[in-house]
Amino acid sequence: MSLALYEVKDILKAEVLVGSDLLDRRVDAACGSDLMSDVLSFVKSHTLLLTGLTNQHVIRTAEVLDVSAIVFVRGKVPGQDIIDMAVERSIVLLSTSYTLFEACGKLYMAGLPGKSGQA
Amino acid sequence: MLTDDRENIIELSYPVSPNDFSAAGDVSSKVKMLLKHLGIDAAIVRRAAIACYEAELNLVIHSYGGSITLIVSPKEIIIKAEDTGPGIPDIELAMTAGYSTAPEAARELGFGAGMGLPNIKRCADMFDIQSQVGQGTLLTIIIHHD
Repeated sequence: MSLALYEVKDILKAEVLVGSDLLDRRVDAACGSDLMSDVLSFVKSHTLLLTGLTNQHVIRTAEVLDVSAIVFVRGKVPGQDIIDMAVERSIVLLSTSYTLFEACGKLYMAGLPGKSGQA
Repeated sequence: MLTDDRENIIELSYPVSPNDFSAAGDVSSKVKMLLKHLGIDAAIVRRAAIACYEAELNLVIHSYGGSITLIVSPKEIIIKAEDTGPGIPDIELAMTAGYSTAPEAARELGFGAGMGLPNIKRCADMFDIQSQVGQGTLLTIIIHHD
C-alpha cells in the first residue's frame, strides 16, 4: 500500500508549503515523531515524516534519510529559512491542523503502514 | 596495483565547530552529494550519510571541535570523526542505546536520545572508536561499496 502526496494532502486537509508540483510522489510508510534521533535510527526511505518540530534539523534529517516529504502538525509552519532549505533539497512540506496523533491515525486508516514489521 | 588504486582515492577533510547547531549537517550534506555524484548505490550513500550526520552531530554536541574526513576508494567509504576532547570515559556505556549526556540545547532540537553511536555502528561494515579522556576521540567507520 502506498499513497501519493496529493492523497496525503486531501486526507489531512493540508496546506502545501513547498512542492505543489511534486505531489505525484508516493510514500509507502509514515513515521510520526518529534525525536529526530529515533527518526534517524528507524526510518526507511520513501517514508513520510510527520512532526511537530520545525527546526532546520528536521530538513537535515529528511535529507540524509531520502525522506521526500514532511508534514508539520498542529498547524505549524516553519520559518522562511527552513522553507528555503526544503526548496533547495526538493523536499515537499505540508502543514495540517490535525495533531500528530490524529494525522497519523488518519493516514493509517487510509492504509499507510508504519515500518515496525508488525501489522 | 596499489599505485593505480591510490590514484582513484578521494580524501577530503572538513572542520566541525563545537556548539554550532546551525551549521551541523553541512558536512554530511556535502558528503552525501559527493557520494551520489560518484555514482555510488543510493542505499549505500544513505547509510554513509546517516553515519556521517550522527558523527557530525556528536562533534557539535559533545566535542571541543574536530573534523570529519571522508576517504573514498574504489571499494570502500571511510569516514573518520576526530576531535580534541573531552573524550569518552566509558565507551561501552556510551554505546548503550538510550544512554546520553547531551545537553538541553541538543534535546530541544530532537537529538540526544542516546541513539547516535549505536546507529552509526548499524550503518557501518566496520566500526571502531578510540577515546582518551582529556585527549579526544577518533571514530572510524568503513562502508563497502563495490
